[in-house]
Amino acid sequence: MLGFPILTLLTFIPVLGMIVVLLLPNDRAKEIKYTSLLATGLQVVLAIVLMMNYNFNAGGVYDESSFQFIEKFRWIEIPGISWLGTVKIDYFLGVDGLSTPMVLLTAIISFIATLSSWNISNSVKGYFALFLLLDTGMMGVFVALDFFLFYVFWELMLLPMYFLIGIWGGPRKEYAAIKFFIYTLFGSVFMLLVMIGLYFSAQETLVDGSKVFTFNLLALMDQSNYTADGILSPFNPNNIRFIAYIALFAGFAIKIPMFPFHTWLPDAHVEAPTPISVILAGVLLKMGTYGILRISYPIFPEITRDLMWYIALFGMINIIYGALCAMAQKDFKKLIAYSSVSHMGYVLLGMASLSTTGINGAILQMFNHGTITAMLFLIVGVIYDRSHTRGLDDFGGLATQMPVYTGFVTIAFFAAIGLPGLSGWVSEALVFVGAFGVDIIRVLTMISALGILLGAAYMLWTLQRIFLGKLNEKWNQLADLDKREYAMLVPLAVIIIFLGIYPSAMLDIMNTSVNSLVDFLSNGSANFTLSGL
Amino acid sequence: MIEVGLTHFLIVSSALFSFGIYGIITRKNAVMVLMGIELILNAANINFVAFSRYLNLGLSGQVAALFVIILAAAEAAIALAIVLNIYKTFDHVNVDEIEKLKE
Amino acid sequence: MQEITFLQLSITVLFLPLLSFLIVILYGKKFPKLYLLETGSIILGFALSVLLMIFKISQQLNNTLSFNMTWIDFGNVPMLGHLKIELGIMLDNVTVLMLFVVYLISMLVHIFSLEYMRGDRLYNRYFAYLGLFTFSMLGIVLTDNLLMMYIFWELVGLSSYLLIGFWYEKKSASDAGKKAFIVNRVGDIGFFLGILIIFSAYNTFSFAKVFEQIGMGVLPFDSGAWLTAAGILIFMGAVGKSAQFPLHVWLPDAMEGPTPVSALIHAATMVAAGVYLVTRVFVMLTADAMLIIAVVGAFTSFVAATIALTQNDIKKVLAYSTVSQLGYMIMSLGVGAYAFAFFHLVTHAFFKACLFLGSGSVIHAMHHEQDIRNMGGLRKKLPITYLTFLISTLAISGVPLTSGFLSKDGILAGTLAFGSLTGHWLIPAFGFIVALMTAFYMFRLVIVTFHGVPKNKEKFDHAHESPFVMVMPLVVLSALSLFIWYTPLPHAPDAGWFISDWVKTPQTVVPENLRFDFMKSSAPGEINGEVVHSASYTEALHHAHYPAMALSLIVAGLGILLAFLMYQWKKIDPDLVAGKVKPLYDFSLNKWYIDEFYDAAVIKFTLKFSGFLAWFDNTIIDGIVNVSAVITRLASKIVDLFDIYIVDGFVNFSAFISGFIGLSFRRMQTGKVQTYLVFVVFSILILLIIINPF
Repeated sequence: MLGFPILTLLTFIPVLGMIVVLLLPNDRAKEIKYTSLLATGLQVVLAIVLMMNYNFNAGGVYDESSFQFIEKFRWIEIPGISWLGTVKIDYFLGVDGLSTPMVLLTAIISFIATLSSWNISNSVKGYFALFLLLDTGMMGVFVALDFFLFYVFWELMLLPMYFLIGIWGGPRKEYAAIKFFIYTLFGSVFMLLVMIGLYFSAQETLVDGSKVFTFNLLALMDQSNYTADGILSPFNPNNIRFIAYIALFAGFAIKIPMFPFHTWLPDAHVEAPTPISVILAGVLLKMGTYGILRISYPIFPEITRDLMWYIALFGMINIIYGALCAMAQKDFKKLIAYSSVSHMGYVLLGMASLSTTGINGAILQMFNHGTITAMLFLIVGVIYDRSHTRGLDDFGGLATQMPVYTGFVTIAFFAAIGLPGLSGWVSEALVFVGAFGVDIIRVLTMISALGILLGAAYMLWTLQRIFLGKLNEKWNQLADLDKREYAMLVPLAVIIIFLGIYPSAMLDIMNTSVNSLVDFLSNGSANFTLSGL
Repeated sequence: MIEVGLTHFLIVSSALFSFGIYGIITRKNAVMVLMGIELILNAANINFVAFSRYLNLGLSGQVAALFVIILAAAEAAIALAIVLNIYKTFDHVNVDEIEKLKE
Repeated sequence: MQEITFLQLSITVLFLPLLSFLIVILYGKKFPKLYLLETGSIILGFALSVLLMIFKISQQLNNTLSFNMTWIDFGNVPMLGHLKIELGIMLDNVTVLMLFVVYLISMLVHIFSLEYMRGDRLYNRYFAYLGLFTFSMLGIVLTDNLLMMYIFWELVGLSSYLLIGFWYEKKSASDAGKKAFIVNRVGDIGFFLGILIIFSAYNTFSFAKVFEQIGMGVLPFDSGAWLTAAGILIFMGAVGKSAQFPLHVWLPDAMEGPTPVSALIHAATMVAAGVYLVTRVFVMLTADAMLIIAVVGAFTSFVAATIALTQNDIKKVLAYSTVSQLGYMIMSLGVGAYAFAFFHLVTHAFFKACLFLGSGSVIHAMHHEQDIRNMGGLRKKLPITYLTFLISTLAISGVPLTSGFLSKDGILAGTLAFGSLTGHWLIPAFGFIVALMTAFYMFRLVIVTFHGVPKNKEKFDHAHESPFVMVMPLVVLSALSLFIWYTPLPHAPDAGWFISDWVKTPQTVVPENLRFDFMKSSAPGEINGEVVHSASYTEALHHAHYPAMALSLIVAGLGILLAFLMYQWKKIDPDLVAGKVKPLYDFSLNKWYIDEFYDAAVIKFTLKFSGFLAWFDNTIIDGIVNVSAVITRLASKIVDLFDIYIVDGFVNFSAFISGFIGLSFRRMQTGKVQTYLVFVVFSILILLIIINPF
C-alpha cells in the first residue's frame, strides 16, 4: 500500500487542473492547454504507479479485504430521521482486477485526447475546464465502490459531455448533444430507481453493531445483509429483483450501447470533435459494460445466470448488426462508430459466457477496443483536419501521399479486424473460447463468428477506398503526420502491438478477480436462488 | 262566559306584532317605523307576561317585560334623537332616501 | 547436436525474417540498400535450415522434438482447474522438410526478385513484405499447437494481402488482395470454430495433447459427430488457404501480385499451408471427414483443370493448375495417402515455383505481356527459361524420370486403392481425368508460348534471356524436379528415402467405430516391423501401384499428344473444337461462372442487406427514437393547451360563474331595510309552511 491516497488523487487531479484553468485568463490558451496536459499526464503517471504497486493475487470483486488502495470514510451522515433510520453514505474507493484496466485506459485515453485537443481554438478555457471535469467523472466511476458515489460520478460526466458535444461539435451538434443527454439520462433514471430499491432492501452492520441501510456495493453483494421484506431482497417472496435487473441492465445497455439503444452513438460520434469521439468510444462505452460486471452481475447473480442466453443474443445482434450497418456507411466517422457497436458486442458475448476465459476476454476487449477505436477516431480526425471531409468516396490513393499515416491506419484497421499479433484478436479469441465452451450459447457464438468476416470486409473495403488506388489529385497537398500526431498515435500503436504479443501483461491484472467473480457467480452465490418472476 | 286563556293573549300579541311588521314595511316615515318597532316590542312583552302567568314560570316573564319596557324607552329616546338629526340633515325623515352611508 | 540446440536453431530460423522485416519496414526509406540485409538474412536462414534438416534426419530421425511456454495463464479456473494457453514449437521430419522447402523457395524468389522488381518505387518494402511472409509461413510450419497455427495462418493471410495488393494503385490489384483476405476469412471462421470445439473439449490447443486424449477415447461433447465436425471445420481453413472449391476463387485473382510473389506464395508455399494443416490433424480425422476431404479435393482438381484448359493468361493457367494440384494433395490426404500428399506438396512446390518464375522470366522479357496468344517462338530467345519450363511441365504432367511422376503416381495409386477398398470409384476417376487434362493444358501452354512463330513481332524482337540472378533459381528448381533427389529408382517412390524413411503415415487416433473399415486396428498394423497407417491399405496401395502407373502414363501421353496435335502440328483446329462444344467452352472460359454467382448471390446480397439494415437503423430504430421525441413534444404541446384552455379555463369559468351569479342576485340587494324585512318575513312564512310544526 502506498502512503498517499492514490485513487483520490487519480480522480481529483483533473479537478485541480480545472480550477487552475478557470483561474487563468481567457487569452492564455497555451498555458491552459499545458495545464490540462500536465493534469492528464500526472494521471498517467499515477496509473502507472498504481500498476507497479498492484497485487496480482488479490481477488476483490465481492470481498472488501482483497480490494486494493482502499479509501473509505463517512461522507454523508444524517442521524435518525424517523422511518428512514440513519442515512449514511461512504466515500469508498478501491480497485480490483475489473477496474484497474479501466483506470489505466481512462488515464491513457484522456492524455491522448488532450493532445488531440490542441487544435481547439474557440473558447479554449471552457473546453478544457469541461474536459477535465469529464475526466474526473470517468475516473470516479471506475474507482467508486459505493453505489451512491458511483451514481454521482456517473452523472457528473454527463453534463460536460453534453456541452462538449453541443458547443464544440459539428453542424448538427445540438441534436446530437441533446440526444446523447436524454438517452443517457433516461438510463440513469432506471439506475437511480434500482439504487434506491437496493438501498431499502439491505442493511449493513456497522462497527458498533447497529444496522443501517447501505449503498455499499460490496455489502449489497452479500445476501446475508438483505432484510426479510425489502422489495429487492431475495428473501422477500414478492421481490421485484427481475424487473430491477432489467431496468439496471437497460441503464447500462444504453451506455454500451446495446442494440436497440445504440442510435445515439453514431450521431454523437459524427458531431463530436475528434478528442471527444476518442473519449466517447475509448472510455464512455466501457462504463456500460463495466457497470454490468461490477454491479449487475454480483448483486443479481441468480438473474444473471437465468438471462445469460439473452445477453449473448444481444451480443450477437450487436456484432452482426453493427458490422452490417458499418458496411453501408458513406461517412468515415460513422463507419467507425458502427464498428464500435459491433466490437462492443464481443464484450457482451464474452460476459454472457460467465466463464473465466470469456470474461477475461470481455475485459481485455474493453481495454483493447478502447485503444483501437481511439486510434481509429484519431485517424479520422487527422484526415478530417486536413481535408475537411469524411466521405469515404472523396478520397483514394492516400497511401502514396501519406505513407506513414497509412502505416498507422493499417495497424489500427488490422487490429480492428482481429489480426493475430495485434491486441484485438487476443480478446476476441478469448471471448469466443469462453462463449463456445458454454453449451446454451454455442449456436449464438457460431453465428457471431460471422462478425469476423464482416469486420474484415468493411474494414478492408474502407482501406481500399481511402488509401489504395490512384491518388485523387485533389489531395496532393496533404502533409503526412506531424510531431503531435505521432505523439498521439505511437503510444496507442505500441500498446496494440504489445498486448497482441504479450496479452498476459493485462490478463494477469484481471485474472484473479475474474476467477473470483466467476466463482462467485457459480458457487459463492448459490443462495441467490429465488427469482423475481 | 268564556275563560280568558293563553290563546287569547297570544292572538292579541300576534295581531300587535303583525301591525308592527306592517308598519315597519309599509311606512316611509322613520317615526312611523319606530312606532312599528314599539308595537313589536310590546307584542313580545304581552307574550312574556302571558307565558309567565300561564306556564308557571314564576316572575321571570314579568321581569323580562320590565327590561324590555326600559330598553324600548331608551331605544325610543335614541332613535328619536337620530330621526331628529336626520331631519336636520335631510329636511325629511323618509327612510328610502337616506342613502348617504351606502356611498 | 543437443535437443536444446535444435530448438534454439529453429527459433533463430523463425525470427530471423521477422527481425529483418522490422528493420526494413522502419528504416527502409532512409537506407535504400536495406533489401540486401533482408535477402542476406533469408540466405542465412536457409543455411541454418539446411543444417537443421541434416541434423534432424541424421540424428533424430524418429523423434519429435518439442518445446513450449506458457503464453496466458488463467490460474485456477472455477470448474476447470488450472487452465493455461501455451505456445510452442515442434520439430519432426515433416517440419524440417517444410522448413527447407519454404526457405529454399523464399531464398530463390528473393534472388529472382532482385532483378525482377528492380526500379520499383517501393523496392525495400517489397522485400520487407517477403520477409514478413517467410516469418509467418515458418510459424505455421514450426508450431505444435492449433492456436499458433491459427495466429500464423492469419499473418500469412496478411502478408498475402499486402503482396497481392503490392501495386495498390491498380484497382484490380487492391481488389484481388481484398478478395483473397476475405475469402480466406470464410475458411478461417470454420478453422477457428474447429479449434474452439477442440479447445472446449480438451482445454488445450496442443496437437500432441489433443491426439492423446482422442486416442484415449475422449470425444468432444461426447459425440463422434462433433469430432467429425471439428475435422471438417479445421479442414475449412485448408479450403480457404489451399484454394479448394468453393473458396478457390481468390487464387487466380491473386495473380495480380508481382510474379515472384505468385511463385512463392500462391504456388509453392502458402497455398500448401492448407495441405500442411490437414497433414498435421490427419490422425484425428474420422472416416466421414476424410471422405468429405477426398471429395472436395477431387472435385476441386477437376473444376480447376477444366478451367485451365481454356485460359489465355499465362499466369491464370498456372494458377488454375495450382488449384488443381492442391486438390490432388487434398484428395490424397482424404483417401489416406498421407505420405504421397506431403511428397506431392514438396515436388509441386519446386516445379510450380519453377513454372511461375519461368513465367515471370517470360513476362519480364515480353515487357509485362501476359497473354499467351501474343507470344510464341520464345524458345529461341529464352533458351534456358524454355528448358527449365519444359522440365517442370514434364514433371507436372507426370512424365517418368521427374519428381512429379513419382508423387502423382503415388497419389493416383492411393485413390485406386481407396476405390478398391471402399467402392468410391469416382475419386480415382476424377484423378485420372485430371491427369489427362493437366498434361494437355500444360503442353498447350508450353507450345503456344515457346513454339511456333512469334505473334507479336515487336515485343518478340525486344525479348532477351533474363540475367543470371533470374535464371539461376530456375535452374535450381528444375533440377529439383528430377527424380534423383527423392529415390534411386525412377519408377518406385517408396524405394527411396523420402517416403519410406522420412515421411511416414502416422497412426490414426480416432475411435474404431469412426474409422474406415480398412483402417480398423483389427487388421494387423505392422508391416516389416514398423507400425503403419493401416496394413490393408498398404497392401492395396502396393497392388494399385503398377496399374496406376500404367494408366497415368497412358493419360499423360494422351494429353501431351493431344496438345501437340492441336497446337504444334495443327492437325486439329482448336477453334473448331471450341465451336463444337461452345457452351462447355464458354463455361470453362468463364470459370464456371462461380465469380459471377458469388457476386450476385453473396456480395450483392450482403451489400443490399447491409444497405437495408443501415436504412432500417436510420429510419426505423432511430425513427422510433425520434418519433418518441416528437410524441413527447406533441404530448407536451397538448398538455400545454390543456393547461391553457382546460385547467386555466376552469378557473376562469368558475370566476365567471360566481360573477354571473353575483350580477343576477345584485338586484335583490336594494339596501332598504324594509325589503330585507319582507324577505325575512316571507322566508319565515315559507319555512313555517315547509316545516309545518302544527
